[in-house]
Amino acid sequence: MKPPAFSYHDPATLAEAVALVATLDNARVLSGGQSLMPMLNMRYVLPDHLIDLRRISELAHIRQSGGDIEIGGMTRQRDIEYSDLIAAKLPLLHEAIHWVGHRQTRNRGTIGGSLCHLDPAAEMVATVVAFDATLIAQGPSGVREIAASDWTLGYMTPSLAPDEILTGVRFTPWPDGHGAAFVEFARRHGDFAIASAAAMLTADGAGRITRAVLTIGGVGPAPVRLTEAEQGLVGQLANETAFAAAARHAAAIEAIGDALVPAEYRAHLAGVMAKRALAKAWSRIDGKGKLAA
Amino acid sequence: MGAGMIGARVQRLEDPTLLTGRGQYTDDVHLPGMLHGCFLRSPHGHAKILRVDTTAAAALAGVERIFLAADLPPAMRARRMPMLLPNPTLLGHLTQFCLATDEVCYVGEPVAFVVAATRPLAEDAAALIEVEYEVLAAISDVRDAVAPGATLACSADTDNIASVFVQKYGDIDAAFASAPHVFYETLWQHRGGGMAMECRGVAATHDPVSDRLTVWSSTQTPHLGRRTLADFLARDPETIRVIAPDVGGGFGPKAIYYPEEAVIPAAALALGRPVKWIEDRREHFLAASQERDQLWTMDIALDADGRLRGVRGTMLHDTGAYIPWGIIMPFIASVTVPGPYVLPAFHLETTVAYTNKVATSPVRGAGRPPAVFAMERLLDRAAAELGIDQAEIRRRNLIAADQMPYKVGLTFRDGKPVVYDSGDYPRCHEMALTAADWSGFPARQAAARAEGRYIGIGIGNYVEGTGLGPFEGVTVRVQANGKISVLTGAAPQGQGHKTMFAQIVAERLSVNLDDIIVTVGDTAAIANGVGTFASRITANAGPSASIAAIAVRSQILKLGAMVLETTEDQLELVDGQVRAISGNRRGISYGDLARFAQGMPGFSFEPGQTPGLEQTHYFTPPQAAYCNGTHVVTLEVDIGTGGVTFLDYVVAHDSGTLINPLMVDGQIQGGVAHGVGNALLEWMGYDANAQPITTSFADYLLPMATDVPPVRGLHIESPSPLNPLGVKGAGEGGTIPAMAAIGAAIESALSPFGVHVTDYPLTPPRIIAMLRNSPGWRALHD
Repeated sequence: MKPPAFSYHDPATLAEAVALVATLDNARVLSGGQSLMPMLNMRYVLPDHLIDLRRISELAHIRQSGGDIEIGGMTRQRDIEYSDLIAAKLPLLHEAIHWVGHRQTRNRGTIGGSLCHLDPAAEMVATVVAFDATLIAQGPSGVREIAASDWTLGYMTPSLAPDEILTGVRFTPWPDGHGAAFVEFARRHGDFAIASAAAMLTADGAGRITRAVLTIGGVGPAPVRLTEAEQGLVGQLANETAFAAAARHAAAIEAIGDALVPAEYRAHLAGVMAKRALAKAWSRIDGKGKLAA
Repeated sequence: MGAGMIGARVQRLEDPTLLTGRGQYTDDVHLPGMLHGCFLRSPHGHAKILRVDTTAAAALAGVERIFLAADLPPAMRARRMPMLLPNPTLLGHLTQFCLATDEVCYVGEPVAFVVAATRPLAEDAAALIEVEYEVLAAISDVRDAVAPGATLACSADTDNIASVFVQKYGDIDAAFASAPHVFYETLWQHRGGGMAMECRGVAATHDPVSDRLTVWSSTQTPHLGRRTLADFLARDPETIRVIAPDVGGGFGPKAIYYPEEAVIPAAALALGRPVKWIEDRREHFLAASQERDQLWTMDIALDADGRLRGVRGTMLHDTGAYIPWGIIMPFIASVTVPGPYVLPAFHLETTVAYTNKVATSPVRGAGRPPAVFAMERLLDRAAAELGIDQAEIRRRNLIAADQMPYKVGLTFRDGKPVVYDSGDYPRCHEMALTAADWSGFPARQAAARAEGRYIGIGIGNYVEGTGLGPFEGVTVRVQANGKISVLTGAAPQGQGHKTMFAQIVAERLSVNLDDIIVTVGDTAAIANGVGTFASRITANAGPSASIAAIAVRSQILKLGAMVLETTEDQLELVDGQVRAISGNRRGISYGDLARFAQGMPGFSFEPGQTPGLEQTHYFTPPQAAYCNGTHVVTLEVDIGTGGVTFLDYVVAHDSGTLINPLMVDGQIQGGVAHGVGNALLEWMGYDANAQPITTSFADYLLPMATDVPPVRGLHIESPSPLNPLGVKGAGEGGTIPAMAAIGAAIESALSPFGVHVTDYPLTPPRIIAMLRNSPGWRALHD
């Protein structure tokens, strides 16, 4: 469990990093290393070059831009966890980040690293999908913006060219007073979720849902946005029946399975998580009424 | 100072070093010119080796040597690894070769050892070795291994049976023939490995000037290592020193002798350079012994009032491809079944079978957890069927305190009859029940259910034979600078042995703990040693330390009286000083006395004077000392996810006299962590071809600190009459009944859905799968 020899590069600027990824063969970008380092040690990946982005300070930031919030790709997960701006404006992300690994790994892990690694259960990916966020990549020919719905090409395969670097992600916050919840179930806290659910809701004064988002992570090869379930919720009175109906869409996802976690269990759990996320999100809407009977 | 040390909650002397990262482990051995090795291991569960080509690997820059079986010293290539615990019932090929010759029987069996300038280079080279295998059919499931015409796990054998033996007493047929109630259970039990934080590791160096071979090994048994290595290398054992430096956890798997412990020293000798091999975690999953699967089919016979008449059944144990520690683990399992209960008749036939997996050997608990699970599940089943409270059915069957010593009727692994030496099982049981508010639980459960929560409670009772012989020795020596050296063959892996020895010797010699220097885990420290397993050190080496220290105390008094020109009854020992209550000379320090005890060159001793202030004692216990305990677990099951949350965990425990209650608390808490892992998380999976599928901690889940409930521990001290300290082992009682108690609590929580627990680990998918059988649950969820 020791990696074979590779060349290590630690560029100080984004421009240098982009030049390196554009010219080096068989290179991997290191952005936190909480997945890549074990994969190197296990010899699951055998790069000739490792390009470490840790010195590129322009990639580590959380800032408001108009009504949006931009987070740089090298922003450590721990900085997102502690950001008052994120807590105020993106409560779903604020809650989701607490489910990412452990505080020790969040000290090193970055949002960009997580988005590019694209584990099916990654909370950051599910959150980006829930927000319809915009991912920003830079290559030799300039900047490219990618919709979250286009980010995943397949199992652990992001829409990122070999000569591109993910520089950041842009979120559009929901209106103040919305309800958001990120719930997941793992065998132990900090493990990859067997299933997660991210929900955001707004409501009118009569207890009807006016806007809904429901994303399920960990169940398919990539997070699944349940648009049909969302459409079904809008206009409904928020109650157990409505949430259960939405959750049935989650339980119907074609789930991945293995010897440790059978697909049947994962699909069942998706439904349970969906229902709990919706109920929790609803309970957090400012001025909400009780759940309708 | 010193007085009152035995029984004191002393902070562990080891901790400042270990907790500040200053422990010295095998991987901390750095020697000039040291080379690094890695093993090429079989990727197949079962295969013939047709050809090995090391040309490309050997040509890689930095590679020093590649060892195949043929390159090893004669004894290492000519014979299999030693059978460490022979038994007349053993059958088949028994053990592996140091390096495989023409057949591999599990994934991970070592085939070649590569030595290079660095570990990464050694791994690069190992990947270049070409091995041509003829893949053979493999046996993965032990239930298939014993079927007629089963595929052979090893082609040297004619079937897969490693041993069949029966444990019995009483008239079992009569017990069942007339019993008003008989119930049966089929139980499939799984345990993983010990999973010490530090994997195995061996470093070796040979000094040609003195012809000394020094070996550092992350082992529980350094003296066993030296003996075995001396045989393999055909060397004078006096020229071999095996050191177990700081060892980051043992838990059983480091007690046996492994091929790697012979290959690394052999390589160091052959190359004339120090060689080090540190096992990585994936290797540990492949090649360190585990405890694995047992299938129990059990019948219980009871009177109308729930009193036991008899238990009978069969047990099938998966030993893996080899059986290096003999039948010890299934044997212990088989004699643990009766536990703390009056059981008039018992009959258990155990079959041990080979499969194509890494060998098994005891893991903390050593076969007892499955036995306790079997007995406690039978009692819970009987209680449910007869409408008796689970605690009450146990009360009706517990051995009473006035029945001690209690002869069970079986023979233990030490060849001695199973005779429980002491204890008050009903009192221990009641203490745990009271602490857990057993009688108030039905009301709590009803209240929780009204809120849609599912809480449950379960009991696990056990008796454990601990402190097995033959011996463990201790030398106590007063140094001329006043320090007290305590030297022993006992090899700790984090238990706190140094603190335990220091407390005993401090009390006996009236010195400060700071003045005691304990040397452990080094064959140079003492001539004979056995090792650390079977919760035996405090019960074997503890008395040795006490007896040796008492002898040194006598020497101090005798010599002190001579030097101070008074009589022994006029002396008192205080803080490392001999003080005279009367007379002209007021006192002398132990150090000066020790200097005096060395005499002066050319001058004869006075009559009766002996050299030095020191004594070595090898205490040998007459039989196992039996500790006991009760676990009562309260937990909640989330019926949506199958997740389990602990609400309360009570352990009442009797391990005789406590030398240090703080360390016993730690043993119990840590033991429960192992039990929680076994009950809920740990699963070592193999596919149908015996290919392991859980070879990292991402797949094989250990409990983290947040997954283990804080244990509320209650101590009873029933001193054992079998040793002068009255101690019994305390290292495994936290684990042994945990699976039984947790399983029972889950069954209790899910009783509205008729869930019946017969196996573990009880993972969330497993719990949901059981719930799916319930129409009531399906109505809630589908």
